[in-house]
Amino acid sequence: MQRRIAASALAVAIALAASACGSSGGGHGQSASGDPSAIAGTITYWDTSDATAEAPAYQALIKQFEAKYPKIHVNYVNVPFANVEQKFKTAAQSGKGAPDVMRADVGLVDEYATLGYLAPLDGTRAVADTPADFLKGPEQTAKVNGKTYGVPSVTDTLGLLYNKALFKKAGIAAPPKTWQELISDSAVIKQKTGAYGTYLNPDSYFLLPFLYGEGADMVDPASKKITISRPQAVAALAEAKKVYDTSSMKVDFANAYDNMQTAFKTGKVAMLVQGPWSTADDFTGSAFADKSNLGIAPVPAGSTGHASAPTGGHDLVVYAGSGQLAASELFTEFMTSTAAEQQIALKNGTLPARSSAYTAKVLADPSIAGFRPVLDTARPRAQVAQVGSLFTPLATAYIKVLQGTETPQQGADDAAKGFKSLLPGYSVG
Amino acid sequence: MAADALSATRPPASRPASPLRRLRRALDRHWYGWAMVLPVVIVMAVLVLYPLGKGIYYSLTDANESNVARHIGMNHIPATYHMVWFKNYADILSDGYFWGRLVWTVVWTVCCVTLQVSLGMALAVMLNRRVRGRAVYRALLIVPWAVPAFVSVFAWRLMLNSQYGVFNSVLTHLGLPAQDWLGSPTAMKVAVVIVNVWIGIPFNMVAMLGGLQAIPRELYEAAEMDGASPWQRFTGVTLPGLRPVTATVVMLGTIWTFNQFPVIWLMLGQTTDDSADILVTAAYRLIGSGVSDYAGAAAYGVLILAVLLAFSTYYRKQINRGEAVS
Repeated sequence: MQRRIAASALAVAIALAASACGSSGGGHGQSASGDPSAIAGTITYWDTSDATAEAPAYQALIKQFEAKYPKIHVNYVNVPFANVEQKFKTAAQSGKGAPDVMRADVGLVDEYATLGYLAPLDGTRAVADTPADFLKGPEQTAKVNGKTYGVPSVTDTLGLLYNKALFKKAGIAAPPKTWQELISDSAVIKQKTGAYGTYLNPDSYFLLPFLYGEGADMVDPASKKITISRPQAVAALAEAKKVYDTSSMKVDFANAYDNMQTAFKTGKVAMLVQGPWSTADDFTGSAFADKSNLGIAPVPAGSTGHASAPTGGHDLVVYAGSGQLAASELFTEFMTSTAAEQQIALKNGTLPARSSAYTAKVLADPSIAGFRPVLDTARPRAQVAQVGSLFTPLATAYIKVLQGTETPQQGADDAAKGFKSLLPGYSVG
Repeated sequence: MAADALSATRPPASRPASPLRRLRRALDRHWYGWAMVLPVVIVMAVLVLYPLGKGIYYSLTDANESNVARHIGMNHIPATYHMVWFKNYADILSDGYFWGRLVWTVVWTVCCVTLQVSLGMALAVMLNRRVRGRAVYRALLIVPWAVPAFVSVFAWRLMLNSQYGVFNSVLTHLGLPAQDWLGSPTAMKVAVVIVNVWIGIPFNMVAMLGGLQAIPRELYEAAEMDGASPWQRFTGVTLPGLRPVTATVVMLGTIWTFNQFPVIWLMLGQTTDDSADILVTAAYRLIGSGVSDYAGAAAYGVLILAVLLAFSTYYRKQINRGEAVS
């Protein structure tokens, strides 16, 4: 009896010690209160912004953070956007080398959170500052099963970028509102100016405006259905193929993105479906030496008359295994504050995720002013943990359709088959 | 009769030693050897046998990134994967996709190894003679090998770019039509073979040069005395003399090429279709993105290993038979 009491007392003591460790090491749940200037430590931050065009603005911001909180040192690492998903997951899973804070594409937050890699941020300092201020779309992307796992840093969507001078030369007054108009405008532009109408991006993310325009989507999480082989989705693939055949410069599939940018920047192509992150690059090209030559419009509508593009952008997330939770949360708060988002917008031309950051000065930027209204028509991607993986089989199928080795129906069936192996419990239909 | 003779030479009958006693005697006599081998055995077990065993085990389960155990900071997630035995293998082998990729992988390996070995041998024979500037040629021919693979692959991709690449700008300057070098499935396959052969030639050349220098000069002199033509000397002296080197080079080349991930993946990246994918890149495309499918990846790995093991066993047998005959 005596011994049992001693044992349980010991257990209680251990539990107390462990919880004490938890709160002193992490400060979780209570970190919103207390003096932030007392927080000390070194945190590692993985930035996925473009290393030459965008990163300097973030590095400048980090310098300001370190000046304000001299006890915290930030170890800045720039990781290429294309590699970050696997790199982070490998590090997070093994518990070695993962960053404390990371800039994550909004499409990945769901997956990371479901796998247990992210720290929930509700009630912490990271989201203490007026969460209602965030735009609705980006705010939604940071929530998984009702909990907050990210803080929106920048947002974006896809729009139709066009070369105003080429349009004027071709005698076209306004950008096309439907894919049908885009096809007929392209024919006129080709005839009058010699430039191609567009350069179709064969990446599956850029298929989404076609899908949304026909009222289709990749999956329906509510009914656990794979919807990519429904007639509407097949119609979207057929429409994309039609645009490629009639209006696009021939795509070099192995170099698609770079060639697309070069062709648009040099005036060889009149229209692109692209995001705000690309405008900084566009302005370096001969066609847009005069920034006002770049027109921005919503993506064209499909046969439903409805035009919509996905909500993109980046959230800051905190690694669940971080030994520096308090400093990480403070850093996240600083980097997503109104002042910070404003500063980033002014330097990089990307869209802030906070409504209060859209000041007159920020809205004077032609890229932001053009994309701000487009944002209202953007919609979030289907909320499933595997949404990132679904783009791989969809891309292969989409490319085969564009190259003409498969019909839209075959491509859609292939994609559905690929989805099926990634989504256990889902049925096609 | 013969049996009697044999038994007559045997020492007086002794009781067959029990396995335990035999082991003890072996340990007594050879303990030093065992002690010397032990570190290697341990290292092999840790670095090769354990991961191999674990991989085979995973391939029999439905383990993926979301159901293996993890402890990440505040999150402790227990393992929830199960044995599914041979389901992964059945899924892969019953899917036409695997067989299509296997056929192309074999074609790709045969094309690459044949070209690498024959071109490497031709260059080695040429450089084995006294030519002016031999050292310079040798140094230059090593370059593709010395440059990291990803650098060469990106350089080739830039050159083959159909809109801004150097090949097409040369063609159009000469008034010829521009080509879509990476446009069709066939073009992509030809392009990756060219690049891989280009990268692989130096190793073959250096290995063959070493082999050539080991062939005694007297053999050539004797052949010349007998009036053998240069071609006869090549087939009669050089080729048999190089056999030990070619056998090894073909074996290594086959294994490397079969698993040559970077050339294909970096060359054709993510915005081309999967027609040029070999087994390893196809596996990566299928299971390397999103929630990682450990079981599927392990099953693919085991299948690739099985193919290579079958090949090397068969090949070794053929080589041994060839040596026994000659």
